[in-house]
Amino acid sequence: MGAVDLTQFHKTFFEESLEGLDAMEAALLALDSGSTDHELVHTIFRAAHSIKGGAATFGFAEVAAFTHVAESLLEEVRSERRGVDGELIDLLLRSVDCLRAMLDHTSHGLPAADADSEALRGELVRLVSGEAAPAPAAATPAAASVDGWAIRFVALPHLLQTGNDPLRLFRELQQLGQLDVCRAFVVDAAPTQLAELDPGQCWLGWELRLHGAVARADVAAVFDWVEGDCELTIEPIAAASVAPVAPVAVAPTLVAPPVAAPAAPVASPAPASAPRPVRETAAASSEGSSIRVGIDKVDALINMMGELVITQSMLSDIGEHFHLSQLERLREGLLQLERNTRELQESVMRIRMLPIGSVFNRFPRLVRDLERKLGKQVKLELHGEHTELDKTVLEKIGDPLVHLVRNAIDHGLESPEQRRAAGKNETGTLRLDAYHEGGNIVVQISDDGAGLNRAAIVAKAEQRGLIRPGQEVDDAEVAELIFQPGFSTAAQATDLSGRGVGMDVVRRNVRDLGGSVGVRSQSGKGSVFTIALPLTLAIIDGLVTAVGEERYIVPLISIVESLRLRPEMVRKIAGGGEVFHFRNEYLPIMRLHRAFGCNAAITEIERGIVVVVEEEGRRVGLLVDDLLGQQQAVVKSLEAHYQRVQGISGATILSDGSVALIVDVCGVVRLGQRGKAAA
Amino acid sequence: MHENTDGAAPTVQQLTFNLAGEEYGVDILSVREIRGWSRVTRIPQTPDHLLGVLNLRGAIVPIMDLRLRFGLERESYGDSTVVIIVAVAERLFGIVVDAVSDVVDIDPSAIKPVPDMGAVVDTRYLKGLATHVERMVMLLDVDKLMRPEDVETLDAALPHVREVEVAA
Repeated sequence: MGAVDLTQFHKTFFEESLEGLDAMEAALLALDSGSTDHELVHTIFRAAHSIKGGAATFGFAEVAAFTHVAESLLEEVRSERRGVDGELIDLLLRSVDCLRAMLDHTSHGLPAADADSEALRGELVRLVSGEAAPAPAAATPAAASVDGWAIRFVALPHLLQTGNDPLRLFRELQQLGQLDVCRAFVVDAAPTQLAELDPGQCWLGWELRLHGAVARADVAAVFDWVEGDCELTIEPIAAASVAPVAPVAVAPTLVAPPVAAPAAPVASPAPASAPRPVRETAAASSEGSSIRVGIDKVDALINMMGELVITQSMLSDIGEHFHLSQLERLREGLLQLERNTRELQESVMRIRMLPIGSVFNRFPRLVRDLERKLGKQVKLELHGEHTELDKTVLEKIGDPLVHLVRNAIDHGLESPEQRRAAGKNETGTLRLDAYHEGGNIVVQISDDGAGLNRAAIVAKAEQRGLIRPGQEVDDAEVAELIFQPGFSTAAQATDLSGRGVGMDVVRRNVRDLGGSVGVRSQSGKGSVFTIALPLTLAIIDGLVTAVGEERYIVPLISIVESLRLRPEMVRKIAGGGEVFHFRNEYLPIMRLHRAFGCNAAITEIERGIVVVVEEEGRRVGLLVDDLLGQQQAVVKSLEAHYQRVQGISGATILSDGSVALIVDVCGVVRLGQRGKAAA
Repeated sequence: MHENTDGAAPTVQQLTFNLAGEEYGVDILSVREIRGWSRVTRIPQTPDHLLGVLNLRGAIVPIMDLRLRFGLERESYGDSTVVIIVAVAERLFGIVVDAVSDVVDIDPSAIKPVPDMGAVVDTRYLKGLATHVERMVMLLDVDKLMRPEDVETLDAALPHVREVEVAA
């Protein structure tokens, strides 16, 4: 029986530890907001303890050492020897961050500890060992007054089956102080026949001595996990106690024999395995490449599949002996098939849907940190955490949301003094909402702050040449200005107190997901940013257009308007470009047949139709032959069997079975510019 | 390739097809389907030999004209024109050929290397030459057919780069 390759469990350890840290963070934040629930402290403690145990098992000594100190601190809180204050929570939150970084480093095979983590660990150590932790009223002997502890540890036979390893416990003890093994013995009840020996059972006991000024609680904590799986006595060593008998170094050989015993046939009935220590694992946080799907969703799929099979057999039955009199039945069957297919499609899509709560979860922490940093008071309200959206969308919406939340606190909400002066509650409210609306998910970030600083935005825009000095702009146009590329950087550099840090990036990210972002603002009352996202990236609403013999799908979300131009509306400009006048601006005309090299397309602009599309704040008119109608298109990748093609974002299958390409508006615009540059 | 345990020499089965009067073979294990010619959807920004894509039971599969790929005259598509759908590393693509002829067993040891024809004839898509019933069959290297042009250009340039390095 070879040594178990522990590396196979590393991934699970990291996942569980990160989940543990999330749970810790959430509980710390709950404590911070004034909750006195004692269970929260236990949750934090358990999470830290699991991480420590795991890290020690896998030999991540730095992580284990760091967690150990944090755990000692938590133990003081748990036993109510230390009160909870903002400072402590701050420190623990920083420890959570630090541990996250350490785990990240470790998972990439890098050294976990760095200067920061060591500094933080030092801080924790000072807090634990040193200063004014009021002496506990409990009868726990103060650590300094004992020389060490005599530990008698007898494993119950099923100890190994609960996933515990005595060797690991000893290693942990060793970190506390000098550890001597006085005696290792075989339990009397152990089987005497070799054939009865089961390598899965442990019949060993140890008498240990741990020297050094160690708190009893720390020693006991090491054995927390084996509680109920062993007989344990811990007694202080009297000053005049006998000297340790022949100290034996803790070496793997000590425990190896029973574990590595020849695999005898399992003769002795295995004792019912003790309940494993309950681990708290957060249900959320599934950013990996796999998704956890609720069993109800899978059941729904199976049901649907069953119905589909029934419909199929009915149809094939009709098809086998078809007679015209059965036409009505056939039609019914086809209708049923259509319904089944639609339901199946919906169910399959639902598998990819995850609640937005996993993204919302990171905001309490962010808000707390910003509050401290900016000296503001913010009340965060989260609504609609259970709203589900496509996993791909979910993964990409996080950053834009963080951006908006940060902006809202930084620029939107005023300082407590300003708020008081304005007759508002000193604590500002930031509200995140998520809900379904039509085929979209809407996420709203609203604050009751000062609203957009109109004057500053207009001044900035004039300075940047985005609008003419003295030009009249309405509120909608002001709102539009903050999404202009470049507007933000300038705002940031001059520390202008209007919104707009990277708003163009936010808009671009949301657009990439096929969504839109807008803002409503009322001076002095606050602003509301609204993000509308498609439920899924797999299906888009598109306009089917004809160009020559080909069909192209233009995503509906990019379309501003479609119109037929009269010849006199078209102007030629230097270099052969064509423009037309549209709502107070001149838009370039992009001939799709030319960009895509289509045959037999209409080349006279007045006979075709111009579809005005907007992307990244730029508008162009796409010349197509005709509009064929609106359609939901299931997006298929060209890359699956071919490669990326510029100007095309994918393909879809039309109702006649032929393939139509989906226009990537951004790409086409770039294609046009390149064509012009080449010409 | 079929592993025969009874000691007989393993043979490779090839699907042979006709292209501009010559016979070519493609490993039958990479063939997924043979279908008649149907209209494809053109894709912009692609080389001429890539005719477009078609819908193969929901998958968007690129189709290339082997004549154009080999720099031969384009032929109008008729009733016998077929598309062979092949799979390379789970990616599907179709090749348009004049006609499919047969499935033949070929002894791998009888496969001869393609002679160096110099720059005049493009032989990089051939794996070897085999003889079957006194006819020569050119064995197609399907892996190389669908590789993006830039990879090919790079491949072509590599030997020269090495020479330069040696010279330096």
